[in-house]
Amino acid sequence: MTDCVGIVIVSHSPDVAKGAADMVRQMVGEEVRVAYCGGDPSGGLGTDVAAIQAAIRAVNGPKGVAVLVDLGGAETNSEMAIELMADELLGEVVLCDAPIVEGAVMAATEASGGASLAAVRATAEEFLS
Amino acid sequence: MAPDLTRRLREEAVVRIIAHVDELTALDQAIGDGDHGFNMKRGFEAITALGDELDALSLGPALQKAGMTLVMKVGGASGPLYGSFLMAMGKAMTGDPLSREDFVGSLAEGVAAVKMRGKSEAGAKTMLDVLVPVLDAVTADDPLAAARQAARDGLEATRNMKATKGRASFLGERSIGHLDPGARSSALLVEVVCDVLEGKV
Repeated sequence: MTDCVGIVIVSHSPDVAKGAADMVRQMVGEEVRVAYCGGDPSGGLGTDVAAIQAAIRAVNGPKGVAVLVDLGGAETNSEMAIELMADELLGEVVLCDAPIVEGAVMAATEASGGASLAAVRATAEEFLS
Repeated sequence: MAPDLTRRLREEAVVRIIAHVDELTALDQAIGDGDHGFNMKRGFEAITALGDELDALSLGPALQKAGMTLVMKVGGASGPLYGSFLMAMGKAMTGDPLSREDFVGSLAEGVAAVKMRGKSEAGAKTMLDVLVPVLDAVTADDPLAAARQAARDGLEATRNMKATKGRASFLGERSIGHLDPGARSSALLVEVVCDVLEGKV
């Protein structure tokens, strides 16, 4: 559904990224678009700018994309990825300052109801407050 | 500017990074996640693999290409940090031949890009604690000697700092007493540039 905000999960670990996406699928369902990536370009723990771009591309849409990250490098690499693909983005792409699993589930729940990107982000970030 | 400058910088940087992988790993194991040495090695090996394609470029475009390679290949925060540094420097390096003012100006752009990307300033126990003093030093009468000294002093100053940015900030007070691995790799690369420019390697 391209009228929903897309969700991207970026973890240092491919297993954590997939696991978080699995939880979103099971708890929120198929109507929300979720993409994920984890691991550095050699397959070790880390993040990969090209993989992050591919994940964003997979859920790219006019309502925008909310990105959930785990640790520092995931955030820096995601910001870099977004900047480098600015030309091809159909909507705004934002990083949510939220725990990756809980944030992804909350963001996806909000997104599945057709909420705006700002609302999706705010819901994900409520976990911190 | 020497025509083979790009090649000499490229070749010496990877040699020096590989020679110090274990040291960077040990520093990062103490206060980070231990991947800085291997991440830098992977990034600089990817730059090495560009070979003639990179060497054929003048310094500005070569730095941009090398920076983009680090962004795509490193896998840790050091990729976007060093990548943004080189890309911003390269983009600003338009003078031909390159004057000292051009060089200082492009270095300033690079340092500004690191601050923006890392949302940080000097004093947070990061690579900026080397790069900011080096930027200040290159306007001295003997810029290379001043840059070497500033890099050494800047690195050493990170030992007693408490990290407030990056993974080491999780450790809070316990980060005190260790050199910052990013500051170490930055100091290493400053030495490489000075050695190449002075014709020592």
